[in-house]
Amino acid sequence: MNKNDHIIEVRDLVKRFGSFTANDHLNFTVSKGEIFGFLGANGAGKTTAIKILSGLSKPTSGVAIVAGFDVAKYPNKVKKNIGYMSQHFSLYDDMTVKENFRFYGGIFGLSRKSIREKTEYYLEKLKMQNFRNMLLKQIPLGWKQKLAFSVANIHEPAVVFLDEPTGGVDPITRRQFWELIYDSADKGTTVFVTTHYMDEAEYCERVSIMSEGRIEAIGSPGKLKEEFGVNTMDEVFVQIARTPLDPPIGGTDRGNSFKKQVN
Amino acid sequence: MSVNINIRNITKSFGEIQALNNVSLDIDQGELFGFIGPDGSGKTSLFRILTSLLLPDTGTVSVDGLDVVKDFKKIRNITGYMPGRFSLYADLSVEENLNFYASIFNTSVKENYDLIKDIYSHIEPFKKRKVHALSGGMKQKLALSCALVHKPSLLILDEPTTGVDAVSRMEFWELLKKMQKINITILVSTPYMDEASLCDRVALMQNGNLLAVNTPQQIIKQYKQQIFAVKTDNMHPLVADLERMNKEALVYRFGESIHVSSNAYDLELFESELKTNLSKLNHKDIRINKISPLIEDCFLALMDKNVVE
Repeated sequence: MNKNDHIIEVRDLVKRFGSFTANDHLNFTVSKGEIFGFLGANGAGKTTAIKILSGLSKPTSGVAIVAGFDVAKYPNKVKKNIGYMSQHFSLYDDMTVKENFRFYGGIFGLSRKSIREKTEYYLEKLKMQNFRNMLLKQIPLGWKQKLAFSVANIHEPAVVFLDEPTGGVDPITRRQFWELIYDSADKGTTVFVTTHYMDEAEYCERVSIMSEGRIEAIGSPGKLKEEFGVNTMDEVFVQIARTPLDPPIGGTDRGNSFKKQVN
Repeated sequence: MSVNINIRNITKSFGEIQALNNVSLDIDQGELFGFIGPDGSGKTSLFRILTSLLLPDTGTVSVDGLDVVKDFKKIRNITGYMPGRFSLYADLSVEENLNFYASIFNTSVKENYDLIKDIYSHIEPFKKRKVHALSGGMKQKLALSCALVHKPSLLILDEPTTGVDAVSRMEFWELLKKMQKINITILVSTPYMDEASLCDRVALMQNGNLLAVNTPQQIIKQYKQQIFAVKTDNMHPLVADLERMNKEALVYRFGESIHVSSNAYDLELFESELKTNLSKLNHKDIRINKISPLIEDCFLALMDKNVVE
């Protein structure tokens, strides 16, 4: 696979739940080694799309190819080739750090030797050697998230999906987390990440912004800021994501909002 | 009627973990007071003590002259609490939850509807829906309605905006400002540094200690170093490169640039040396700007200092 290959290719992807359209004709590609920010307000349809791209849910229509496999036809091959870190903490609280590595390494069929080596590699990299026999529940959130990221990478996947990996994490640990992301991307792993921190949107090479099931903007942070004539990603996001369906709480302009919705 | 709070020498340990270490703090009537700090810094323990849900090991807290240990029943009547973990009843509807919380406090939704209508009107169209079927933003609004339904004079919100998108966060803060105007003392914790600047005063917490308590403006004013915002064509290795060449300086990624703080005597020299050294490391298109600190710069510096000591 050469450098310009698309590791994710999405064409006219639609997902409906009853009469509700969660993903409305999504079209985009992500290149190998790219850091792609997948942004949008709560309820815009991000998690639905990530579940489809990681083979956990089938599209209603349209095509998604991830790491060379059609997600609807070969979900298990997709799962083998991706790492997934959910927004709800995904390691086991009542197992130790080492046991979590062994468990996830085992699931992906890594040899004992390889699991041992990977565990040591990541513990050294995170400077967490002293944590190896601690139960996960004894470890602060920020550290857990760094572990979860390492565990999601244990089988050297082509793409790693991170669903709000830094929510509630302190500012220092948040930045350390992004150094881990850069490190991974520099080694060729594609990073597909969602976040509500707009400074983190700037750390992505390209971002898309979803609103009500559709991708309303896509491009590099620099290009989007230029397009919208603003100085920060925060302003770009607010312009796109302030949806008429969810008027400002405390809002005096409810009438206007509902009018916009009709138009 | 809002209340004032006096916290004196509060200590709390869980086994070997010291959650709060001799914390003292006064909060004025009607203040919108923010607690900023990493996970595990003691914010939630302090909130649980203030709401009489947890007993301190030592120290006292008085809320409007009431003691949190002796007068806990009175304190619970005047306090609205929104815990960090969503804790309404998932198998009851929106309306049932709200009525339930109102009846616990011997009041009714109708009686205090004016107070909650700004928030509740947004979820009222879905009042028959079971809470487990609500979106995150709607759950947050319902939780706030339930915390307000008995017309508290003190509102304590534990990370109400964690996991909430940038637009909804902005709207949530507009609402807090509005409630402050009707004379409710509000305590709120958050992991978002930009929200600190929206508070009257903030306390920065780490490892059970208060590192700083002040207005956001004063915290920024007390930051003595010069910050340079650095951008080059190669942002990935830039943090590591800048750290290597400035062992003393703080180097943090901030959106599209990287902030380097310096207390160098000759700032012009510092800047030109930065440029030369970055060129040597093959960075191109180097742009360096002197900027004023953001509140996040100040907190990062305070946290870093605390780690070193």
